[in-house]
Amino acid sequence: MTLSQCHIGDKVRVKSLRMSENKSKRLMDMGLIPGTTLEILRVAPFGDPVAIKLRGFQISFRKSEAKNIIVEAI
Amino acid sequence: MTVFVLAGNPNVGKTALFNLLTGTRQQVGNWSGVTVEKRFGVMKYNQSVHVVDLPGVYSLSPFSAEEKVATRYLINEKIDTLINIVDASNLERNLYFTIQLLEFGKPIVMSLNMMDVAKSRGIKIDILKMRERLGIPIIPMMVRKSEGIGEFLKTLDMPIKSLNFKINYNQKIEDAIGKIENLITSLPQSKQHNSRWVALQLLEGNTEVRELFKKEDILSKVDSIIKELGFYLELSVAQTIREERFRWIGELLQEVVTFDYVKEKTWTERIDAVLTHKWLGIPLFLLFMFLTFQMTFTWVGTPLQDILDDWISGPFSETTARILTSIGADQWLIQLIVDGIIAGVGGVLVFVPQIFVLFLIISFLEDSGYMARAAFIMDKAMSKIGLNGKAFIPLFVGFGCNVPAIMSARTIEQPKERLITILLSPFMSCTARLPVYALFISIFFVKYQSLVIFSLYLLGIIVAIILGLTFKELFKKEEDSIFIIELPPYRIPIVKSLLLSTWDKGKKFLKKAGTVIFGMSVVLWFLANFSWSGMVEMDESLLADLGKLIAPVFAPLGFGTWQAGVSLISGFVAKEIIISSLSIVYGAGGDSIAHLTTIIQSVFNPVSAYAFMVFVLLYTPCMATLVVMKKEIGSWKWPLFSLMYSFSIAWIFSFVVYQIGSLFI
Repeated sequence: MTLSQCHIGDKVRVKSLRMSENKSKRLMDMGLIPGTTLEILRVAPFGDPVAIKLRGFQISFRKSEAKNIIVEAI
Repeated sequence: MTVFVLAGNPNVGKTALFNLLTGTRQQVGNWSGVTVEKRFGVMKYNQSVHVVDLPGVYSLSPFSAEEKVATRYLINEKIDTLINIVDASNLERNLYFTIQLLEFGKPIVMSLNMMDVAKSRGIKIDILKMRERLGIPIIPMMVRKSEGIGEFLKTLDMPIKSLNFKINYNQKIEDAIGKIENLITSLPQSKQHNSRWVALQLLEGNTEVRELFKKEDILSKVDSIIKELGFYLELSVAQTIREERFRWIGELLQEVVTFDYVKEKTWTERIDAVLTHKWLGIPLFLLFMFLTFQMTFTWVGTPLQDILDDWISGPFSETTARILTSIGADQWLIQLIVDGIIAGVGGVLVFVPQIFVLFLIISFLEDSGYMARAAFIMDKAMSKIGLNGKAFIPLFVGFGCNVPAIMSARTIEQPKERLITILLSPFMSCTARLPVYALFISIFFVKYQSLVIFSLYLLGIIVAIILGLTFKELFKKEEDSIFIIELPPYRIPIVKSLLLSTWDKGKKFLKKAGTVIFGMSVVLWFLANFSWSGMVEMDESLLADLGKLIAPVFAPLGFGTWQAGVSLISGFVAKEIIISSLSIVYGAGGDSIAHLTTIIQSVFNPVSAYAFMVFVLLYTPCMATLVVMKKEIGSWKWPLFSLMYSFSIAWIFSFVVYQIGSLFI
């Protein structure tokens, strides 16, 4: 399942990142690596981007990124 | 001279610690080659120590212009001790950066900040054990409350030894590190840097470290090592190294961190539930924008401005004239000082209160954490015009001044989006244009004051949107758009930091008033009062000749007088000068406003006045803006393009306004 298919409040674990090295490096430098637990906090008022909680802090990225993050339910 | 370098993630209190260490003995300059802000200063407690504040970054593998600066500094500059500031409430991610610094091998002291936040979240850290595992001094602190600073300074005084930190990566990676170390061992670069760190950064694909070796023929060998290594690994090399570092951190945290309790919802999440709420988010965002402008222009800025204006054009001018007369100064000198310098510089100085109020609010929104939310809320809308949510911040700052606006576009990673943001920001009506609106509105549109100002700001935004859409079509992006942003916890800003950053932003105006505008006022006054044959009536002056030369260009727009032409040309130096030069060429002196008003009433009508304001809003950005554009983009091509197209756009819009408006008058 991809992160974009999850709902607000879901907690999931990252399996893999399927995006260009550039983007995946940035996400990984911020701590989003395979094995990390994510919680979907919110979606912006206009429907994109999303806010995600991981390792105790929040980041935001677009649904186009979320579509390329493969996750599994915990 | 000893150099301490502050490094850490964004939003961890780095600047607050820097302020604490240097007090007011700090300077803000630019990094060579780029206009990323460089903060440096002398230690308050030890004059022989220099402190440098690096931009906040998540990793040494650079991504944005800002991050490149940090990496380049570490590679090229003198560092005696690294001060790594770490957010104790967010250890995992912060330590990832720490590890890269540890591998770098320079002496490090860690300031473990925000111990109070960590405690309130039930996080307990065994500092002794962490010191032992990382092999560096670690000082628990609460920088905001100046707690822990004594012990921190004591530690900095002691000799700190270089370290020999090492993570054991898996055998395949270790083999590759060994191979790369062999490759570079004979090169001079490996004398300057820890060769294991260099090898690891090359494996990760750090572009700045690769740059070090661009003259050598080892990069192709490095690439084949990476390629070979890739066959053995499940993930990519860059991914594997990161994963192993986080695993190492995970194991460390198991040992040193215990949770007293786990807090379900933080304050930040509760505030976000309201401020970024599905329905409330946008109305609240608009309310904040409205309040910002109300405070700047109506409630605080303008009343202060009126007081200052009354004082400068009244008592101050009169007293100066009286003193000059009493000491027997020549009439022309009195005129130069009162009608030239005081009118010119004073006309600009009166806008300082508004500028400072606006910058204070912007600093507040930045420090509190709301700016990142604004980017979050606006991203979708901004992406429609080829921009990115992060472009909201530069464009908003543009209402204050386009120069810092263009500089703050450096946080936008995607080069095309950054370029478009830079090209659009001059259409945000900066405070320097306000004096012009204020003058013409007070003469022609007193009843519709707010409406007219609002219409101008709106017009700027609409033009930016139209151009954004055009640029989006023109340079179709090959690269993907990127929007990845941290939403930092909300914090109540520290008053001292707010004032310092407001002062940093605002003092450029004061400096400009004291230098460029002062100089231009003198030059303009001479040009306006002299011809080749000596002092003459203004109509026959050199300035009038120059103005008459270009006046025909503006005739179809309704303001083809030489005075208007001159003020627009001089406004290219700085838009505030438009008003200074109008005051000078219309011979306004001590009793300025009334005199200027009468003359302007006789040469403009409401339609041409509005066309003039539209022209001032849209035309060529000022010199400082163009220079900063050149620095940021790296070539003159785009600034020159900006100069031409904004002039054309301004001309077309003014023309339409004047020609259509004249039909009704």
